[in-house]
Amino acid sequence: MRRRLLIRNGRVVDPAARRDEIADVLLEDGRVAAVGARLEAAGAEVFDATGLVVAPGFIDMHVHLREPGFEHAETIETGSRAAAAGGFTSICAMPNTAPVNDNPTVTRYIIERARRFAVTNVFPIGAITKDSAGEELAAIGSMKAAGAVAISDDGRPVMNARVMRRAMETARSFGLPVIDHCEDLNLSAGGDMNEGVVSVRLGLRGIPSCSEDVMVARDILLAEVTGARLHVAHISSRRSVELVAEAKRRGLPVSCEATPHHIALSEADLVPYDSNYKMKPPLRTACDVATLVQGLAEGVIDAIATDHAPHPGSEKMQEFEQCPFGIIGLETALAIALETLYHTGKVSLMRLVELFTLGPARILNLDRGRLAPGAPGDVTIFDPERVWTYDVTQSFSKSSNTPFHGRTFRGRAVATIVGGAVVWRLEPS
Amino acid sequence: MAGLLGIEELSREEIQAILDRAKDFQPVQDQTFKRLDILRGKMIVNLFYEASTRTRTSFEIAAKRLGADAISITAAGSSVAKGESLVDTLNTLAAMRPSAIVIRHWASGAPHFLARHLPIPIINAGDGTHEHPTQALLDARTILDCRETLEGLRVAIIGDVVHSRVARSNIHLLSKFGARIVLCGPASLVPPELAAIAPGVEITYDMREAIRDADVIMMLRVQLERQHEAAFPAGEYFQFYGLRLEHLELARPNAIVMHPGPINRGREISSEVADSQRSVILNQVENGVAVRMAVLERILCQ
Repeated sequence: MRRRLLIRNGRVVDPAARRDEIADVLLEDGRVAAVGARLEAAGAEVFDATGLVVAPGFIDMHVHLREPGFEHAETIETGSRAAAAGGFTSICAMPNTAPVNDNPTVTRYIIERARRFAVTNVFPIGAITKDSAGEELAAIGSMKAAGAVAISDDGRPVMNARVMRRAMETARSFGLPVIDHCEDLNLSAGGDMNEGVVSVRLGLRGIPSCSEDVMVARDILLAEVTGARLHVAHISSRRSVELVAEAKRRGLPVSCEATPHHIALSEADLVPYDSNYKMKPPLRTACDVATLVQGLAEGVIDAIATDHAPHPGSEKMQEFEQCPFGIIGLETALAIALETLYHTGKVSLMRLVELFTLGPARILNLDRGRLAPGAPGDVTIFDPERVWTYDVTQSFSKSSNTPFHGRTFRGRAVATIVGGAVVWRLEPS
Repeated sequence: MAGLLGIEELSREEIQAILDRAKDFQPVQDQTFKRLDILRGKMIVNLFYEASTRTRTSFEIAAKRLGADAISITAAGSSVAKGESLVDTLNTLAAMRPSAIVIRHWASGAPHFLARHLPIPIINAGDGTHEHPTQALLDARTILDCRETLEGLRVAIIGDVVHSRVARSNIHLLSKFGARIVLCGPASLVPPELAAIAPGVEITYDMREAIRDADVIMMLRVQLERQHEAAFPAGEYFQFYGLRLEHLELARPNAIVMHPGPINRGREISSEVADSQRSVILNQVENGVAVRMAVLERILCQ
């Protein structure tokens, strides 16, 4: 008996095929079988997508699943459920777990746990250096062989330029992108929020934009020397976006991502001393936010990624400077993107879908992010008009560190389909 | 007033009312203090996470003179030293139902954190490098004991401004009253953003320029404990930013010298200046009690 699902009468938006039209999508045995008008599929389960957008499955290339080691904050299962509830069919797991994913044993462990407990696809990202300590290269080739799709020392950036150069050379020979959390730790040391008038007013130590910019510049120069694929994680400053734009103009294989919170909020929106507004990079100025939005619209920024970073309540209920950095974001990403990019008229729906699908798929060389026959049957169905209020107490995530609790949004995922199976569906209100 | 977290969010009228009331509480000549019963039956908890002499004792004296019970808890001798978190300590204290909590904390925003989570008035007695509102109030009271008005006064604030909660609170207060504020110190301790936190603030890195025609010279302590690096060349500080007698000739003839204490003689201020007729450092300490009485009364007697 073949497993068939017919998604009927939705607005199919598939950037890879430049398709934006009302059509049916037929999934068969976990793969896309056909896309077209009035498909016949006797015996297939039918999903009525009238009035909804049907897109390739969303990919979040920057997620902290906290397993192994920090299961009190999140697990592969809870993180993937939160992802599905946000419309994501694939997520990439950053390596800053305990132990750090710096060898194929941990990589395989994550893949095996995901196979058993995750409702979405999970792609591990390996560490650049052993224990992400920035000194000795991790087992990059073996992690790739075990299933890692990129390398990154996210959160603990490689400060030694020589080590980074060797890592890029290695990554290039294995065809892996290098994802860098660009932050000069000497310039940012001790900082808790963006350096500027607000930090000076609040008496908090600042993280200057230049701490990001100098590392973006360094990495672009090293990428040029080594020929490696460089991806700048959570880009946040105007000068960094300009540096990436210039690198792209020169034809270098450089890409970057922006998070939903960095396009939705500036330092002016920060509630003083509320750790739900504390993350790295910090919320920057309104001018930086405008540059990010423009970069997403014009193509300098290639993907939207959440940097979903769960922390248990006890860690976020402390003096501001004691609280860890990061917020959760899987369940609100699409709504924020729709609100700040699409409903404002700055980005087309096609481009918005691309930022969640083809964009990250290209960076990571994943055969996903499109709805062509034969492609994996990952589909995200969303309603760009649905008005809803985010209640983090109902979150699938184990953590609730978000500045968006109680916020009313316009636009929301309605169903998430992974490998032809509906893994999450919005309950009818 | 629901509490006192900072000067920034207070109105000029509110500040004026506190300063006027503080005058009533100032000692008259040699008269000994009468214990009032304005706050009888109230309990004030002083929670000090950082060392303090002047602020803690003056809050205690102020509470007692108003007839309240005051207990002081310092981090070193309490369960904080056993690793209790701020929120747990506060929940414990809240269960004792104090009328108000006075808190001094090394983290900027710690009083704001408590105010968000507790239904009890919180009084900020200095938070990290953010604000020290009662210090600015007592400084204003001290200036007004020597001058008619704050309006139009030229006030030089000199030293480690970026790490100074005293400076921040004073900048906000003086700005609200139309004073002209000149900030001065090494560039790494006086970032240009400081000029944008309130109207009427300018910055210079030349101490003589800062002091020229000043009515008030406020010296700040070099806060070595808050500096996380060598922010200026070691050993040069006093030469370029230490207040010496010769500087006073540049200021207005009746200019006063202030310092929130504790002073480091020979580091930011010479002994001759600290002990000179121009210095009102001890008047500041004396006004601490009167101003804190006014604050406690305003918060606890609605």
